Amino acid sequence: MALTKEEVLHVANLARLSLDPQQVDRFTRQLNDILAYVEKLQEVDTAGVQPMAHVVPLYNVFREDEVTPGLSREDSLANAPVQEEGTFVVPRVI
Amino acid sequence: MAEDLCRLSVSGLAPLLARREVSPVEVTEAMLSRITALDPDINAYITVDEEGAWAQAREAEARLGRGENGVLLGVPLALKDVLATKGLRTTCASRILENFVPPYDATVCVRLRKAGAVFLGKANMDEFAMGSSTENSAFGVTRNPWRRDCIPGGSSGGSAAAVAADLCTASLGSDTGGSIRQPAAHCGVVGLKPTYGRVSRFGLVAYASSLDQIGPLTKEVRDAALLLQVIAGPDAKDSTSAPEPVPDYLESLGKDIKGLRIGVPREFFGEGLDQEVEGAVRKALKTLEGLGADLMEVSLPLTEYAVATYYIIAMAEASSNLARYDGVKYGFRAPAGNLQEMYARTRTEGFGTEVLRRIMLGTYTLSAGYYEAYYRKASQVRALMRRDLDRAFETCTVLATPVAPTPAFCIGEKGDDPLTMYLSDIFTISANLAGIPGISLPCGLSAAGLPIGLQLMGPPFGEPQVLQVAFAFEQATEFHRAKPPLA
Repeated sequence: MALTKEEVLHVANLARLSLDPQQVDRFTRQLNDILAYVEKLQEVDTAGVQPMAHVVPLYNVFREDEVTPGLSREDSLANAPVQEEGTFVVPRVI
Repeated sequence: MAEDLCRLSVSGLAPLLARREVSPVEVTEAMLSRITALDPDINAYITVDEEGAWAQAREAEARLGRGENGVLLGVPLALKDVLATKGLRTTCASRILENFVPPYDATVCVRLRKAGAVFLGKANMDEFAMGSSTENSAFGVTRNPWRRDCIPGGSSGGSAAAVAADLCTASLGSDTGGSIRQPAAHCGVVGLKPTYGRVSRFGLVAYASSLDQIGPLTKEVRDAALLLQVIAGPDAKDSTSAPEPVPDYLESLGKDIKGLRIGVPREFFGEGLDQEVEGAVRKALKTLEGLGADLMEVSLPLTEYAVATYYIIAMAEASSNLARYDGVKYGFRAPAGNLQEMYARTRTEGFGTEVLRRIMLGTYTLSAGYYEAYYRKASQVRALMRRDLDRAFETCTVLATPVAPTPAFCIGEKGDDPLTMYLSDIFTISANLAGIPGISLPCGLSAAGLPIGLQLMGPPFGEPQVLQVAFAFEQATEFHRAKPPLA
């Protein structure tokens, strides 16, 4: 299941990355090496095995619905690269 | 005297502080001047917080003066720079968080502050904890105190090097695939990864959320028990923190290990294991046998699939977790004309190569058409690995293995070959996939003068027996007393 440069570019776009041509070449080669290696998992018989997403069998952790102080608007905005009038500012969308 | 204060363990220092034979300010001063003298060479710290450390030391002094007796009152610690510290820059060793100042503390930091600890600063690491050498830091590599041309291990390389070089009394790290245990082994210190859920992850910057766990790196086993006691326990802010009551970890120390069954998984002693490492670990097993433990060979046949399973799961989770770095709410933002371009340029310029690689691979394996073949398959193999370990623990109290296949390698040695680097995690990954506790403790030195580690793993919430065996081994040996040859 070899990964092509076009697929690498597609994945980069999904991940919101803009790779330069050298990075595309390098990642195409390295991702193929890694994918070839992990291919060995197909040797393991997993028929009927329930996938384990989490090791702790915790279900429905409930707590009282109490109002507690959260982050203030000021604290929430303190690390924003650009802010104005108490809001995050982003470049033009349209 | 000042140098001696730096060399002490938590267990050695805390009583002196409690009896007011030394003051927190004196200890902090000794540590800060040692950091000034030695850290330019080691680079264990990304940020040294002199001002904050002084303030905490004075506060600890006041609390001691009022007759309080917290176990960590005045004890100076280093924190891996992946743990949020209120008001103190937290970078994750990444350019993208270079100027990030958290508005809150991680739960572990809250608990340490309450116990009276002094935070000296934030320790170096692989960017976003992705790596096994601390070479992937945007703030330069940390050098191994035992040999400056070698890596300290990773990703908690700064936390391990700081403990080994006496640049702190103990530290906290995080372990997703071995990131506490492997650097502990390479730097000749103790490193404990607790059971998944034992310690709250609130305020730990997420890498792979189903694997990440915070734990201590210390100069001796007793210190690991002490620190775990402070940081363990359920937390309303982390719904995956375990409700199990926290036992008294010190109670298990000093119990003898006669008749206790120690499993030795044969797959951990095969091809690729360095002869010196094997020699030291086999000798350690003999020591445990000499203390009355029964060694029994066990088999964990899926071990050869651990690296593949781990990297699929970790990268998938990472690609999702790191989607939050978008240049909007915090962190670095690259200038751009529109929103899409701003996202892409911010992320590509802000992340280092290894992080980009993992986001790419994780995005690919989770993308339409590939999820079944990769993520689902890996999650199934993970379930089988846990089942095998559960079976092993039906007959064994702990498992004993090497921590890493070789001693620390040279800086730059693995070059641009990610797979070779990934394979060096083979012995530590299983504990993360299964969510079980594991400890690394010193068990020898190579001919080149590099430390070698012994790993002990236990069943879920089996920290008491892991600490019990580790402590018995430490009492019977001198390896933990060895210090690196520093100026």
